[in-house]
Amino acid sequence: MRQFDFMGKRRLAFLFSAILLLVSIGSLAVQQLNLGLDFTGGTLVEVRYDTVPTLDTIRQTLEDEGFQDVSVQTFGAATEVLIRLQQAFDPAVGEQVVGLLREEGANVELVRAEFVGAQVGEQLRDQSGLGMLVALGIVMLYVAFRFQYKFALGALLALVHDVVIVIGVFSLFQLDFDLTVLAALLAVIGYSLNDTIVVYDRIRENIRKSRIDDMPAIFNDAINMTLARTLATSGTTLLVLLALLVLGGDMIHNFALALIIGIGVGTFSSIYVASALLLSLKLERQDLIPAKKEDPEAEELP
Amino acid sequence: MLNRYPLWKYLLILIVLAVGLIYSLPNLYPEDPAVQISSARGDVTLDESRLERFQDALADAGIEVKDSEISNSSILIRFTNANDQIEARDIIADMVGNDVVVALNLAQSTPDWLENLAASPMTLGLDLRGGVHFLLEVDMDAAVTQRLEVNASAMREMLRGERIRYRDTEIDDRTLTLSFTNEEDRDAARRLIARQFPDFNYQNLDEGRGAALEMTLSDQAVNEIEDYAINQNLTTLRNRVNELGVAEPLVQRQGPNRIVVELPGVQDTAAAKRVVGATANLEFRLEARPDTPDNETERFEFRNNPERSAELMRDVIITGDSVSSATRSFDENGRPQVNIDLDGTGGTLMNRATRTNIGRNMAVLFIEHNTRTHTVIEDGKEVEVREPYTERGIISLATIQSALGNSFRITGLDSPTESAELALLLRSGSLAAPIYFVQERTIGPSLGQDNIDRGVMSVQIGLMLVVLFMLVRYKVFGVIANLALGINLVLLIAVMSMLGATLTLPGIAGIVLTLGMAVDANVLIFERIREELRGGMSVQQAIHAGYERAFTSIIDANITTLLVALILFSIGTGPVKGFAVTLSLGILTSMFTALLVTRAMVNLIYGGKPVKKLWI
Repeated sequence: MRQFDFMGKRRLAFLFSAILLLVSIGSLAVQQLNLGLDFTGGTLVEVRYDTVPTLDTIRQTLEDEGFQDVSVQTFGAATEVLIRLQQAFDPAVGEQVVGLLREEGANVELVRAEFVGAQVGEQLRDQSGLGMLVALGIVMLYVAFRFQYKFALGALLALVHDVVIVIGVFSLFQLDFDLTVLAALLAVIGYSLNDTIVVYDRIRENIRKSRIDDMPAIFNDAINMTLARTLATSGTTLLVLLALLVLGGDMIHNFALALIIGIGVGTFSSIYVASALLLSLKLERQDLIPAKKEDPEAEELP
Repeated sequence: MLNRYPLWKYLLILIVLAVGLIYSLPNLYPEDPAVQISSARGDVTLDESRLERFQDALADAGIEVKDSEISNSSILIRFTNANDQIEARDIIADMVGNDVVVALNLAQSTPDWLENLAASPMTLGLDLRGGVHFLLEVDMDAAVTQRLEVNASAMREMLRGERIRYRDTEIDDRTLTLSFTNEEDRDAARRLIARQFPDFNYQNLDEGRGAALEMTLSDQAVNEIEDYAINQNLTTLRNRVNELGVAEPLVQRQGPNRIVVELPGVQDTAAAKRVVGATANLEFRLEARPDTPDNETERFEFRNNPERSAELMRDVIITGDSVSSATRSFDENGRPQVNIDLDGTGGTLMNRATRTNIGRNMAVLFIEHNTRTHTVIEDGKEVEVREPYTERGIISLATIQSALGNSFRITGLDSPTESAELALLLRSGSLAAPIYFVQERTIGPSLGQDNIDRGVMSVQIGLMLVVLFMLVRYKVFGVIANLALGINLVLLIAVMSMLGATLTLPGIAGIVLTLGMAVDANVLIFERIREELRGGMSVQQAIHAGYERAFTSIIDANITTLLVALILFSIGTGPVKGFAVTLSLGILTSMFTALLVTRAMVNLIYGGKPVKKLWI
């Protein structure tokens, strides 16, 4: 089997990661996230027309009636229209909007109306941020317990790397960041961690087995050994996600997109960020001292 | 011997598979659109003859009835499609009075033998079946204030009974202040009140002239009031939702002061909201005599004529809470009225008050708590401010002709709709504290069906792609992995059905993702076997080592993902929770199938046999 010299190119990979991170953080600093209704609060009305409507007319109609900050966009099909109103709560707004649009003579059907109070959105924002930190913290503890703290640090930085880049892409293209995207982001954490752990597991095994101290060589070996598995798993998951992205409908479009980006970046980061960081952290055989106690070779063979 | 399982392991796997199959089966039977007819208070008999009349009426209208049944004195009629169902609902609703609830329902069509095993299909979330979702917040401050008002009223009565003179009562936050002209009155009042109201911390205040008694609710009392308020509101909301006639409604507490209400299938949001959110109540008060001191009276306008007003006593005889039943009807002149029955205490109070006051006027006061929201600029940011306000208006003022008992009627309502809603609200009880809507979603039924179709299609396509990939890459082992994948899906659906988990759109996404990740464990194992084969191991040893060595990776990787899923579950609400549930269950079932089921199959095929070459 061909051996790729992954570790040899790690400086290039660091550069690549650094650029991605810089762009992401830059975009987040300049234009923030386009937070969805779940987080900002406000009112959203989705309607379905029989024939393709003109968005400007809809906006004009609503603004003439005194609605403020009206944003109108098509949602999936050209006949489906999403109207967002950044206004305070009004129970009847859904019926009101549909009523107004019907007056224009078009046949309009209310698909869904959502309202989220500003306070609820704010709480959700805080809760989500907290949840993310707790998730990262617990995962780090688990890795430190199962492996060693340098591994935990590497895994944590790899996860932060993935999360920042996915959020960065959503910020850069101003995609709607709603609750489902948050769920996707947490799934990305789980997935990327999955990947990292598999590689780490192999690195640990190889360090214990091998008699040389050439860390980059051991790392390269481990990554090459797990490469087939990494690509097969990422491949199947991406296949499924592509099916979701294309066929799943607009409600989960961004969810699938976030996962696809996340899994792409996550696969990359488990090789380059997580593993290469171990080299930079000067991981040594002595860090895995308990290995002396057991000889895995002898124990596992019958 | 390598790669042989003891018999009990095979049996265990077979049993799990059988159970999984049985409990996932109900999901294959689609639900029928149905109409459910039940008595609002259990006092109307719904029997064969009733059912026959309904069936005749439906047949006249040309509506095909698929099936009908009577159970627990309620009638369920099934239809072949949703249009028939809605038409039938309207027809039947016209045939019965308002003491019978006619509700749209989705009836399970699970066969009896499965039902006997307690197997039932997964419930579909609102995003898959359409309906409304409300998140309500209970105004706790108002609950405390209301309790203080009730206490103040009771204290005033006690003081009058003992002829202790007081000047005024004042309520601020959780403090009630009674003021007196001198200290002797104050001390006497304190002795009297402190015995009856242990929930307060008492303190004497000496003002410029006169004396005052300051009573503050203890923290424990405030907690009790808040708990009571939210529980009472839950009960009331449940009653109201039942009156609405919705199938499988959800009314649930969320966090310290919020309530979720989900009404599947409801499309008329406006009506649902009016009934769910209504805070209307009634108060019965005597009109003040001309010589009544000002501090005992209050002036109110008439509800339908703001120019007319009347001076009423501050003290309330009873409120709508004492109403045990209420129905609407019309008086002899065809004007809407509400017939009211009071409960025991309410009846006694009403009788005592009216017996001694024949010839005086009694007012029915209509009270509604509302909130206005407006935005103000604060520190350069727009902030939403909610301002509660209470509308009070007299709906009738009539002379007491004779002592009233447990039942009487009230008139003066604007329209039949108003009398119907007032009757419903009085029946279902009033809210112990005002609530306001902080979140609402309406999902049309077409979107629901759309979501299901799309979800099912993406699961199918995704599954097909994965199956193909595995076949091409791992040949015989690919077949094994694919079988395991199918079993995994069956088990996942079975567990979700057994737990009564709700399937939502993100839930479907979770299933799809699990499928993608479920193969991971198998891939790990198979790659490891290939590697050991390349390393020169014999076939049997390679299989053994492959499973053994992949084990730690699989466990570590799955446990970390499970941790994340659990955190998702604990912080998330609604859609996120649905995703977390399926993801966690999916991880568990996929670990079972990858580690045990595929191993069993591999052992059955290769175990203990002289195999030269593996198709992997």
